[in-house]
Amino acid sequence: MTLAARDLSVANRLTDVFLDLHSGEITAICGPNGAGKSTLLQVLAGLIEPVGGTVCLNEQPLAGIAPRERARAIGYLPQTPEIAWDVPVRRLVELGRMPHGDARSGPVEAALAALDLTHLAGRRTQSLSGGETARVLLARVLAAEPRWILADEPLAALDLAHQLALLHHLRAAADAGAGVVLVLHDLALAMNHADRVVVLDGGRVAADGRCEDALDHRVIERVWNVGARWVGDPGQRALIVT
Amino acid sequence: MTRPVPVLLAALAIAVPLSLLAGRVWVDPWSGPNAALILGELRLPRAVLALVVGAGLGGAGAAMQGYLRNPLADPGLFGIAPGAALGAVAALWFGHAVSAWLLPLCALIGAGGAMALLALIAGRSGGIALFTLAGLMVASLAGALTALAISLAPNAFAMETIVMWLNGALTDRGWPEVWLAAPLVLAGVGLLRAAGPALDALTLGEAVARSLGMNPRRLLWLLVLGTGLTVGAVTAVAGIIGFVGLIVPHLVRPLTDQRPSQLIVPSALAGALLVLAADSLVRVLPLMTELRLGIALSLLGAPFFLGLLLKMRRGAL
Repeated sequence: MTLAARDLSVANRLTDVFLDLHSGEITAICGPNGAGKSTLLQVLAGLIEPVGGTVCLNEQPLAGIAPRERARAIGYLPQTPEIAWDVPVRRLVELGRMPHGDARSGPVEAALAALDLTHLAGRRTQSLSGGETARVLLARVLAAEPRWILADEPLAALDLAHQLALLHHLRAAADAGAGVVLVLHDLALAMNHADRVVVLDGGRVAADGRCEDALDHRVIERVWNVGARWVGDPGQRALIVT
Repeated sequence: MTRPVPVLLAALAIAVPLSLLAGRVWVDPWSGPNAALILGELRLPRAVLALVVGAGLGGAGAAMQGYLRNPLADPGLFGIAPGAALGAVAALWFGHAVSAWLLPLCALIGAGGAMALLALIAGRSGGIALFTLAGLMVASLAGALTALAISLAPNAFAMETIVMWLNGALTDRGWPEVWLAAPLVLAGVGLLRAAGPALDALTLGEAVARSLGMNPRRLLWLLVLGTGLTVGAVTAVAGIIGFVGLIVPHLVRPLTDQRPSQLIVPSALAGALLVLAADSLVRVLPLMTELRLGIALSLLGAPFFLGLLLKMRRGAL
């Protein structure tokens, strides 16, 4: 299954973006502030209509797919968390089942367990810490069992242990056939945990490919304007900024 | 059924018979045929109308607060009540209020006009910000035209009638008003209830709600029609009655799991209870003339609103 961007343009934010994303992979979208990462994710999720170009899900234009069908296929987690009402954790995670029109307990319990939230299921969301809230919001995405998981900075509010646990779970989802697309600021996390990296700069694709190629120190120097080198073995690399 | 529903139904089962007995003169229902006439033809329709009015305002308030994700939202802000009031004022201005049906019908036409304007401006995009601004614009326009009508009233009597009507009351209302408003309010609350799942999704913000398959245009239409029918019908038969839509969802919210869908029916029931109690209160107050229901609820609502603002300032809301 593929999620493809064909010649995407969004006024002042994205220009001529071509991408072919594959299920079973974790793709990291990286780039400096204002590069268009969140915009690209929202266009891929069908939430922003591009000025030019199309997004296709399995060769079918996203704009032509019914909203509920699209919602069953693509789960989206925004960068800025928003919970307007102090609902219990379980009820919030159940919202993920809305595209399916059910509140099946199986996927909800599985999502709660995957993010170590079972013991918090009865708590009100406003009593949670920032990290717990971030996990609850991600559990809502997982409860829908989407074929594509599009998450904008899902690790930003998590402590180290929960970052690794979440990445482990996303890897399991990808191994089970889901496509995972993450906006990541931490280049080391992208290098060590993604299968593929797309680097955006000024709304254009600056690099796209295997992590070692797309996050090569020359790309980092050109896009982020900092000198950098990778140390360590594959899968355990650390970035030294010079 | 959610938890507060049985409690509210039980409270209504107690409040309705009490309100039938209450008034400037307390009526013994077994005292003779006059008592039966007073209860059946005066107090019962008034009590039923209070239930209908409160249910409409409470349900619409809960839906609006869910839609705007703002606990300070009130259905009156969105131009439908001012639109209905303008229609009614036009009927009074032209002296067409002689028929029991004409004034509420004109008010419903006014509410329909406000709904059409709202839908025309915001219906295509379905955006919440545009809807709010469109509502404020419609409310402002209808308010200005109502003020113009009052200032140009043909005589002092017409002006007094308009001002009194605008203050909102259930005095001298009967079964015709009940038959007019009840089906519309029921249909309106039904439409708002149908919007419940989409309102729940909006808890997580507009973008996430759309990613969950929420159709913003369908939701906006459900809300415009639902609020239009409830608030339009209520204003048509009772005039402007404020604060119920604001206060009631606040009182009920702590009794629910706070999902907007779970708040609409309990708010309708609690609104019915509040308006019934307030209307019974204005009847028994020992004043020269009966206190207008709209004024009484505003007097109750203003300090409540202030309390909410203070709570919000402390960050507890």
